[in-house]
Amino acid sequence: MRIVTKNMVRDGLVTGSPLILGYFPIAMAFGILAKNTGLSLVDTSATSIFVYAGASQFMFLDLVRAGVSAGSIILATFLLNLRHMMMSASVSVNLKEETSRFLPIIGFGITDETFSVLSFNKDKLTLPFVLTVNSVAYFSWISGTAVGYLVGEIMPRSVQDSLGLGLYAMFAALLFPSFKVDSKYLKLSLMAVTVYVGIFNLKLLSSGWDIVAGIIISSALGVILFKEDEAHE
Amino acid sequence: MNSYIPIVLGMALVIYIPRVVPLLLLKKLKLRPEMMKFLQFIPYTSLSILIARGILTSDPVLLPAAAAGIALSGLMAYWRGNLVLSVLTGIAISFLVITYLG
Repeated sequence: MRIVTKNMVRDGLVTGSPLILGYFPIAMAFGILAKNTGLSLVDTSATSIFVYAGASQFMFLDLVRAGVSAGSIILATFLLNLRHMMMSASVSVNLKEETSRFLPIIGFGITDETFSVLSFNKDKLTLPFVLTVNSVAYFSWISGTAVGYLVGEIMPRSVQDSLGLGLYAMFAALLFPSFKVDSKYLKLSLMAVTVYVGIFNLKLLSSGWDIVAGIIISSALGVILFKEDEAHE
Repeated sequence: MNSYIPIVLGMALVIYIPRVVPLLLLKKLKLRPEMMKFLQFIPYTSLSILIARGILTSDPVLLPAAAAGIALSGLMAYWRGNLVLSVLTGIAISFLVITYLG
């Protein structure tokens, strides 16, 4: 039993390791920017500890600089992160039974990146595995923030930028191999991109809603288009 | 210096709710097959959308580096199937593009 748990933790560390590469430098960038925006070290760390959401934290700094009211900042954050509702719903289906008492903790750790890593390892979602992946991401984010605030300028901009792009590289590296497994995933992906680019260019929806709408519309279209498969499975 | 803690806690709350409520609700329900399928498709659609959004909203200066990193990392994973290696390749390519073309 202990050995099994140990293996799951190790597996979680290996699987979660790309998240360190992606999170640490972006969190550093957040720490540097927060310092330049005039936040104290305590406020900056608290943001990463409690909010723990990349894009929203940068938006928060933008809005603070722009002098936007607290209510508007909170509303904007809510909208930008609504997509996690879809991700969390999707993850819930594959979580093993024993996780149920820890759902409030697991839910806190759901980000675009942990969701991606967990979804593409959906047969492994035991409690030790999920908590390890989430912790690796969380502590990379917090420690990156503090390091960025305190000694941020040591890392050259070009290195920070390319490590930051590593998150998108990771999304692609998770997604592309699935195209080999079944051509419907490629179709699904192309459809999602088409739907989203359409929504994005129409500019009818604010940032945040556009992502949620894109996910719902393209996934629903997928259910309609790939209805026939069900009979085979 | 003002304290931002009240705003931070407000943000934390509105971010936490969407993350945790679906987990608590859906784990208890028995879902219809269509709904299961819908949820199983979300990783594919949302990752595709996040990549598209990354390209659409990226700083024009970083766009070539972003596109090259995404493409190379994706192809590497497609051929070799190693996540860490693919991400490192993507980062290296992005760095080279930023350094030599930026």
